[in-house]
Amino acid sequence: MQAAAADATAPGDGEVPLLALAVGARARIAEPRPGLPIPQRLADLGFVPGTELWIVRRAPFGDPLELELRGYRLCLRAEQVESLRVIPGAAR
Amino acid sequence: MSAAVELVDRPVRVALVGAPNAGKTTLFNALTGSSARVGNYPGVTVERREGTLRHSPRPVRVLDLPGTYSVVGETLDEQIVEKVLAGRLAGESELDGIVAVLDATTLRRGLGLLRELLKTGRPIALVLTMIDEVRARGGKIEPARLSALLGIPVLGVVGHRGVGMDPLFRILQEPWRCAWVDEVCRKIGAEQLEPDTRTDRIDRLLLDPLAGVAVFGLVMLLLFQSIFSWAVPAMNAIDAGFGELERASRAALPAGWLTDLWTDGVLAGVGSVLVFLPQIAILFTFIHLLQDVGYMARAAFVVDRVMGWVGLQGRSFVPLLSCYACAVPGIMATRTIQSPRERLATILVAPFMTCSARLPVYTLLIAAFVPHRALLGVVGLQGLVLFALYLLGAATALGSAALLGSTLLKGKPSVFYMELPPYRWPTVRLLARQVWHSARAFLKRAGTIILATSVVLWALLSFPRSAPDPARTPAENARASLEASVAAHVGHALEPAIAPLGFDWKIGVGLVASLAAREVIVATLAQTYAVASKDDFAGLRDALRSDVNPATGKPEFGLPAALALCVFFVFALQCTSTMVVMARETGTWRWPALAFGYMLALAWTASFVTYQLTSRLAG
Repeated sequence: MQAAAADATAPGDGEVPLLALAVGARARIAEPRPGLPIPQRLADLGFVPGTELWIVRRAPFGDPLELELRGYRLCLRAEQVESLRVIPGAAR
Repeated sequence: MSAAVELVDRPVRVALVGAPNAGKTTLFNALTGSSARVGNYPGVTVERREGTLRHSPRPVRVLDLPGTYSVVGETLDEQIVEKVLAGRLAGESELDGIVAVLDATTLRRGLGLLRELLKTGRPIALVLTMIDEVRARGGKIEPARLSALLGIPVLGVVGHRGVGMDPLFRILQEPWRCAWVDEVCRKIGAEQLEPDTRTDRIDRLLLDPLAGVAVFGLVMLLLFQSIFSWAVPAMNAIDAGFGELERASRAALPAGWLTDLWTDGVLAGVGSVLVFLPQIAILFTFIHLLQDVGYMARAAFVVDRVMGWVGLQGRSFVPLLSCYACAVPGIMATRTIQSPRERLATILVAPFMTCSARLPVYTLLIAAFVPHRALLGVVGLQGLVLFALYLLGAATALGSAALLGSTLLKGKPSVFYMELPPYRWPTVRLLARQVWHSARAFLKRAGTIILATSVVLWALLSFPRSAPDPARTPAENARASLEASVAAHVGHALEPAIAPLGFDWKIGVGLVASLAAREVIVATLAQTYAVASKDDFAGLRDALRSDVNPATGKPEFGLPAALALCVFFVFALQCTSTMVVMARETGTWRWPALAFGYMLALAWTASFVTYQLTSRLAG
């Protein structure tokens, strides 16, 4: 149901799923699409629109990921961040 | 490293605080619209208003606290505000942030309240109302300057006209924690640190797709190897030492039940605990060393995906591997798993891993009944059977984890969240202290239980006592006394239940005895078969082979029953100390009771199938 609502909205300019980002490439978190809010847990960890981040590495078997944002690193499973969309490129 | 992570998303809760007539209620209505609910605080007539923020994609609950000039409780209203802000009012959940609402025309009075609010340490945003009136009366207040001065977001609004409301909506939807953290960091000028290049360099190797997996495999192999190869000489020495002590005690003390209690109950019990100590010490040294240098988190990172397939986490791996030595330290090591659901699943499947107490049982039965033959000229059949038993245990552990995850522990997987700490040199002193603490905990928790069970079992196996017959050998006398004992009665009573598995009452006695610790069955069988001692391996092996059922004239015990007994040991939770540690770590006896029942049912069924199948094939 939520997915259908999201599909009806055209994705913002240059937005890609976070998981499509190459290791080492910087990006900014995009505004969430209607009906697909950023999960509270991620928001509490600092995943808010405009925040710059990059994928430091993927685990040898491809999952989980180590991410860097706001000056710290943390590991999350891909399924936890698959809803996140980012705008590739450095903030400034 | 990181605190326990909450399992469910909850709405953000924000409270409006301000003096009466500061425009708080107008603001509240503008923010929440028709969603506002009006009630009373429990037991008092103070009005409680709460609503949901309008136009917000994520749930934000707005609480309109009673108008107050101070948060130090003089009046009833102020006491309510004070308690809610301190999180001490029953029925009110924790606040994520405070919106201070101040009348810009009476700023001097309002700032006093703001100062008290800042002291609560909660994230704060300041809203100045009636900002239009200040301007109309020739005043000049710039929210941006106030914001820079205070280090908190400051907004000027005219609530009833909706002026300045958009930024307020935005601030309220923003994660409060982030906004607050950003403010604090900006205020103190905290800079980002340079990356830790040493850790980065090491990680590039240790987390490399190829080298990383190889290193992981090597480290785990080393851990496995160490608890078996390196510990064995010390374990043999302890075992031999206690055997010597028992013999010496028997020689020095007068024959009688008190001497028997001392040698067969107490000394045997203490010995069967201490024999594990070398393995436990090596295991804990390894675990703590991996933790201290920072590799434990990397190991979990590498293997998380694989463990995720059965609903576990990367951090479940090392505890499960530790269970190859003993489930007790393995279950103790699950404390590093932060999410309660995955930790519980790991604890519940841990006893399936082939602990070293099963090894003497497997060794005896395989040596006695599996032909000493090579398959295809290279692989020994005996070794293959042993390997299959180990594999069966591990596969059952993982399969049960998947089963638990889709039944009993069904639900959303816990949030996985971990950090890779910087690599650090371990210090010998810290390491020694940690190993000592863990080993002591093992001795206290497992040791006392094993000792107590050992004494109880000795009593069951020795009473009622029969007078020794001088015409018979001591071994025959021991057998006669066992046959008259309470344990033998239990064994006979068990026979109907275990006969379909190919076990007679003698194995039944052994199964009862193995509740103290699995390897005890070997000593008990030695006694039942009137072999001089459990160390007489060849004698016991031959006695098992040549045991003939007096009624049928056929061998009592053959390959099918031996395999069935091995399979029974793969599955059954015959270990009191594991159950005690399970109860301790989960805080209830419900889980060990459940595990015991589940594993016993599985053991019986699997042994039944094994016995029936192999005896048909063999016959």
